[in-house]
Amino acid sequence: MVLVLALGDLHIPHRAPDLPAKFKSMLVPGKIQHIICTGNLCIKEVHDYLKTLCPDLHIARGEYDEETRYPETKTLTIGQFKLGLCHGHQVIPWGDLDSLAMLQRQLDVDILVTGHTHQFTAYKHEGGVVINPGSASGAFSSITYDVNPSFVLMDIDGLRVVVYVYELIDGEVKVDKIDFKKTTAAHSAH
Amino acid sequence: MISDGVENEEKWLAAGISGLQQNAFYMHRALDSNNLRDALKYSAQMLSELRTSKLSPHKYYELYMRAFDELRKLEMFFKEEARRGCSIIDLYELVQHAGNILPRLYLLCTVGSVYIKSKEAPAKDVLKDLVEMSRGIQNPVRGLFLRSYLSQVSRDKLPDIGSEYEGDADTVKDAVEFVLQNFTEMNKLWVRMQHQGPAREKEKREKERSELRDLVGKNLHVLSQIEGVDLELYKDTVLPRVLEQVVNCKDELAQFYLMDCIIQVFPDEYHLQTLDILLGACPQLQPSVDIKTVLSQLMERLSNYAASSTEVLPEFLQVEAFSKLSNAIGKVIEAQVDMPIIGVVTLYSSLLKFTLHVHPDRLDYADQVLGSFVKKLSGKGKIEDSRATKQVVALLSAPLEKYNDIVTALKLSNYPRVLEFLDSGTNKVMATVIIQSIMKNTTHVLTAEKVEALFELIKGLIEDLDGTPDDEVDEEDFKEEQNSVARLIQMFSNDDSEEMFKIICTVKKHILTGGPKRLPFTVPPLVFSSLKLVRKLQAQDENPFGDEASTTPKKLFQLLTQTIEALLNVPAPELALRLYLQCAEAANDCDLEPVAYEFFTQAYILYEEEISDSKAQVTAIHLIIGTLQRMHVFGVENRDTLTHKATGYSAKLLKKPDQCRAVYACSHLFWVDDQENMKDGERVLICLKRALRIANAAQQMSNATRGSTGSVALFVEILNKYLYFFEKGNPQITVASVQSLIELITTELHSDSTSPEPATDAFFASTLRYIQFQKQKGGAVGERYESIKV
Repeated sequence: MVLVLALGDLHIPHRAPDLPAKFKSMLVPGKIQHIICTGNLCIKEVHDYLKTLCPDLHIARGEYDEETRYPETKTLTIGQFKLGLCHGHQVIPWGDLDSLAMLQRQLDVDILVTGHTHQFTAYKHEGGVVINPGSASGAFSSITYDVNPSFVLMDIDGLRVVVYVYELIDGEVKVDKIDFKKTTAAHSAH
Repeated sequence: MISDGVENEEKWLAAGISGLQQNAFYMHRALDSNNLRDALKYSAQMLSELRTSKLSPHKYYELYMRAFDELRKLEMFFKEEARRGCSIIDLYELVQHAGNILPRLYLLCTVGSVYIKSKEAPAKDVLKDLVEMSRGIQNPVRGLFLRSYLSQVSRDKLPDIGSEYEGDADTVKDAVEFVLQNFTEMNKLWVRMQHQGPAREKEKREKERSELRDLVGKNLHVLSQIEGVDLELYKDTVLPRVLEQVVNCKDELAQFYLMDCIIQVFPDEYHLQTLDILLGACPQLQPSVDIKTVLSQLMERLSNYAASSTEVLPEFLQVEAFSKLSNAIGKVIEAQVDMPIIGVVTLYSSLLKFTLHVHPDRLDYADQVLGSFVKKLSGKGKIEDSRATKQVVALLSAPLEKYNDIVTALKLSNYPRVLEFLDSGTNKVMATVIIQSIMKNTTHVLTAEKVEALFELIKGLIEDLDGTPDDEVDEEDFKEEQNSVARLIQMFSNDDSEEMFKIICTVKKHILTGGPKRLPFTVPPLVFSSLKLVRKLQAQDENPFGDEASTTPKKLFQLLTQTIEALLNVPAPELALRLYLQCAEAANDCDLEPVAYEFFTQAYILYEEEISDSKAQVTAIHLIIGTLQRMHVFGVENRDTLTHKATGYSAKLLKKPDQCRAVYACSHLFWVDDQENMKDGERVLICLKRALRIANAAQQMSNATRGSTGSVALFVEILNKYLYFFEKGNPQITVASVQSLIELITTELHSDSTSPEPATDAFFASTLRYIQFQKQKGGAVGERYESIKV
């Protein structure tokens, strides 16, 4: 069992002062094995904070990131799953599932994690999952109105991944869960 | 010389001890054989050793302690004698035959103790006798120790209330009188000690003298232990008499020590009720006395006392503790002309802490303290002493810590005036402390007036003070500071749009003074605060006949234009472009076509004139296309202009693959899913074909330069775009075109000149899988895919 934290679009300090205190108290060091971040942190302080939660930190570059060395896309393998990471401003139309699915095929990943829209979404899509963890700080977005802060925890266990979404709605943390099983048949075409 | 002195002293001490032990031995023998006469003789000889003048107080103390132990034994013997019927009065007479005065007085005290215990005479008479006779010793060291002995043997025999020695004739007043007299005499001896001996050894002497202070202070301790010393007696007799001695002795060491001692040994409620008297003495002390420590101790004790129980708070009000302390501090500072600045700061800092603890509801008191502080400091320029500066930071931090709320501190009108006495470095430290307090407590600053006041406090971070930029600032520190300002701007919020607009104007006014180094940090938060307000107004703004003066999105867009323009001089074109695009989309949402067009124009100008880095261009063009794709406010003409430009920029990117990707992304500008009037299949196809041409060119180019075809991936990407529009029902995308693209890719991938590209293979395979998947889906989509063969 591996816990992967997926979050992004914090936009600190441009659009939000910090992560919500309730999230901060939930996110404690030592519980999470990997962090994948869709970018727009935007400053080093936030990077350093994420590093304290878990040293295995993967970041794709958002258009407001002060650090320009983050890659545009990144793939990594966790257990039986191949994960792809991209901020998403490069995928036009923004947040469009069909276009994201193309990126997923391009990166050849089971799970694609992107951001940019500040709207949490998770789609099962032809044998894969496309996840957007939303904005962890609930930052203003030109795309999404009334952004709720949210992040995603993925519990990867064998061929199964359980996606937990934590959303802060009116000061209360709501948790939702999506189950996904990888069918090995999907790749038998090779 | 000095080492000689020390050696000699050791010798003298050894000689003293040996003389003392020898006589003690004979004394013991006499005691064992009940030989009173010999016992007195040898004890007197033993005590003669204490007549020495050759020992330092430290060594003398060693000798004294040995004599003290022996005297305890003698006292036991006297007690036994008295029990056996020996007249204690006779004994009292008898010891007076000792030849030398010092042994005589020690013996007298010893017998006197037994005498009181026997109750054959009133305690007060004996005590009076002893304390007066002790005047016979005027050598300071010998006198101090003798009186210390007297104090020691008598302390459990004072006619205190409830004590067995209390009687009709003996009252607590006598006890107090005795201790006070002994105290007064001891203090005189102690003070006089400094004049004994050569002037060049003064420093050493003062050190020795300091070691003896507890002998004197012990008396105050005894006084505090007397049960009968109630508030009245303390107020009428004890405190005035003690203070009289303290003031009159005119000795710095004694005054500091004894004032501190008074504060420490007597109860807090007594201090509170006698503040007038105690504080009245302060300005009369020597100018060199460290009065700030004394008063700080007092205020700290009183603060703790107030914190101990709410029941005592009315007492503080009743005695007007605050104004008394405040006046006293003013007078002390006036009296001590040479008081260093740190002293002044410490005093006001303590007073502020006192009032914050005791009168948390009286913000005016806190402001008054700051005001008095400013007054004392005025005309003295900036504080230069670093310790004093630290104290000022502590002083200014105290209200923040107390109220956990900057809004309260903002009400302190003298607060910013105190800041003016700090150098620019410390001003920054203070500003950071203020911001941290706000962030820690998530304090929202709700009005423009308060924002204005707050900016006044954190001026050090907002602009270059003293007009010159500070070159020595570490870049990391600078970033951290400016990021904290950016965070702070998020804390300004008001649900009322008019007030929020005022807040935004205030923020803008201040941050635009920050200069090119700060703007990239401070402009974005201001822009997004404004955009948030725009969105709010957009939801409400249904009334076209709204008040002229009221806040409108248009007004905000004007402000935004000016704000982002400021970034051009930095220069920060990439950031400015992003912000212009954000504004364009906001204008789009407000249905303000000309405004949106203007923002796009600004973004384009920046793109053309300022952004030259190829990587930056790629990101910028994606943002331009992505934003433009979402715009619905534009009429045909404006839209055409903008899309035309965007495709043009795309095709002019430096690297072919970047060109190709940007151009196929542009296809989405002509086909918007939920807008029927924006489905121009032909132009979509033109984009995709253009992308194909570029991919071909890229292919050839890498063939020529590297001897192998480069990335086939571009073709697979374009295939995916074909499929996208094919699926959406774009009539221009035919089965044949898809089919031929698939064939092209298959050929390319199997061509000998193609270097293996596992990633592209996988991409292509998963694209074909996707086609299969869609075929099996059935319905309209399945039907469309039916004719594609893979």
